[in-house]
Amino acid sequence: MAKRIEVSGLNAYYGKTRAIEDISMTIEPRSVTAFIGPSGCGKSTFLRTLNRMHEVIPGARVEGKVLLDETDLYGPGVDPVAVRRVVGMVFQRPNPFPTMSIYENVVAGLKLNGVRRKAQLDEIVEKSLRGANLWNEVKDRLGRPGAGLSGGQQQRLCIARAIAVEPQVLLMDEPCSALDPISTLAVEDLIAGLKDQYTIVIVTHNMQQAARVSDRTAFFNLAGPGKPGRMVEIDDTNKIFTNPGEKATEDYITGRFG
Amino acid sequence: MSTVNLAGPSGLRKFKDKLALVLVCAAFALAVIPLVTLLYTVIKNGAKRFDMEFFTHSMNAIGGRDAGGGAYHAIIGTIEQVGLASVISIPIGVLTAIYLVEYGGGGRLARVVTFFVDVMTGVPSIVSGLFVFAFWIALLGFEYMGFAGSLALSVLMLPTVVRAAEEMLKLVPNDLREASYALGVPRWRTICFVVLPTAFTGIITGVMLAVARVMGETAPLLMTVFVTTAINNDPFKGPQMSLPLFVWDQAQLPQQVAIDRAWAGALTLILFVMLLNLAARLIARLRKPVSR
Repeated sequence: MAKRIEVSGLNAYYGKTRAIEDISMTIEPRSVTAFIGPSGCGKSTFLRTLNRMHEVIPGARVEGKVLLDETDLYGPGVDPVAVRRVVGMVFQRPNPFPTMSIYENVVAGLKLNGVRRKAQLDEIVEKSLRGANLWNEVKDRLGRPGAGLSGGQQQRLCIARAIAVEPQVLLMDEPCSALDPISTLAVEDLIAGLKDQYTIVIVTHNMQQAARVSDRTAFFNLAGPGKPGRMVEIDDTNKIFTNPGEKATEDYITGRFG
Repeated sequence: MSTVNLAGPSGLRKFKDKLALVLVCAAFALAVIPLVTLLYTVIKNGAKRFDMEFFTHSMNAIGGRDAGGGAYHAIIGTIEQVGLASVISIPIGVLTAIYLVEYGGGGRLARVVTFFVDVMTGVPSIVSGLFVFAFWIALLGFEYMGFAGSLALSVLMLPTVVRAAEEMLKLVPNDLREASYALGVPRWRTICFVVLPTAFTGIITGVMLAVARVMGETAPLLMTVFVTTAINNDPFKGPQMSLPLFVWDQAQLPQQVAIDRAWAGALTLILFVMLLNLAARLIARLRKPVSR
């Protein structure tokens, strides 16, 4: 199920501005890869190129290769919609669909893609909500609006919604930045549980979180003021946080940055 | 140690606060006075002929001096003309708004469409009537009919619907669209099942306001549906009547019985508009997801 991602020579642009420059990396299947780095260095932009969400923004485009196992996501004839079914995404702010109930939110991706059988949907709802550690909290009120949940529950609902379509890769863009420590813990536990089945990529500003949840960590930085972001290094999380290869990484994680 | 001054606002500040409050309340009262007087006058004068006969009879064979008669033919006309105008302009308007917000992306076509919608908003109602008269009746040679009135009304309705729907669609957070795209949902399904339901309440309210607005239009109908005293159920054949035309027609007669009919017609029209607004609110409330 889980797939390896191989990125080579990737550049992303917003109009004429180059946001990230020449990134190459390999993301291992069934593992958690964390992206750390200062704000505005292109972590989120890079993450969004991995499921072709970057090009949703008018004027945005991508150059380079992203191989999902053997398939180039940017190859000719590749449908971005199909890519996003395989590579799911959880956003920074919880964004359940406000007009839908908890149940409808979880099955939104399936229903909007034509799965209609009630029994099958029921089964997927329970499985996804259990997978997102939310089942026990909401099983008695699946018909209530998803927007009525607390922030942490909403975020886990969004994770349930993302895994309900059974993607092979799960991208998370600062999934805990709007959450309190307890909800953050719940989401981190969840990430640890999900990595058996999925390839997970997580962007975070919280270095402790990167150290806690990830197997490998990539450090991003700006090449200089006004220049595009680039990846400084990627290595085992342990190594990055104890004995990084680059001086810039060490400065960043020890807080001596800039 | 210095003491902290926790005393209330000074006299001058209190005075300014009160003054502002008085001004705001006075402005509100001023705005309400015409509305209340209008309702009072229309109800007082309209109640006289607000009876069963008024709603079941036409003015066929009833002269200005005769008592009795009713606005049945006018009510039928208004419902058919406004209904047809809605059928024409609501789908076109909402689809235009969807194009502008979801697909246009500030491109040249979107800018041109926005410009023409703005221009259309400023078209005086009589001009839309003249336009349809010149095009539909004078040029294409159709007779006066309800449908011609519908065309004139939809010219007036269309920009309002586009504007209202556009504003509401713009309010839908981009997060929701992205959340849907990220689930592998194509754009058109995202629009149908995520964006439109989220904006639905607002769009309905805007559309109802547009409908209520054209319901009271007289000028464009004058040149397109003409006037008649008889019941004509077919909006595609022959002159029809409408409530505003009925009011206008009766109010210019000198006899008190005719004037009373005009007031009753005005009251009916106001009730129609109110009912529409109530219906819009009801739909909005029903659609709102129940809170926990």
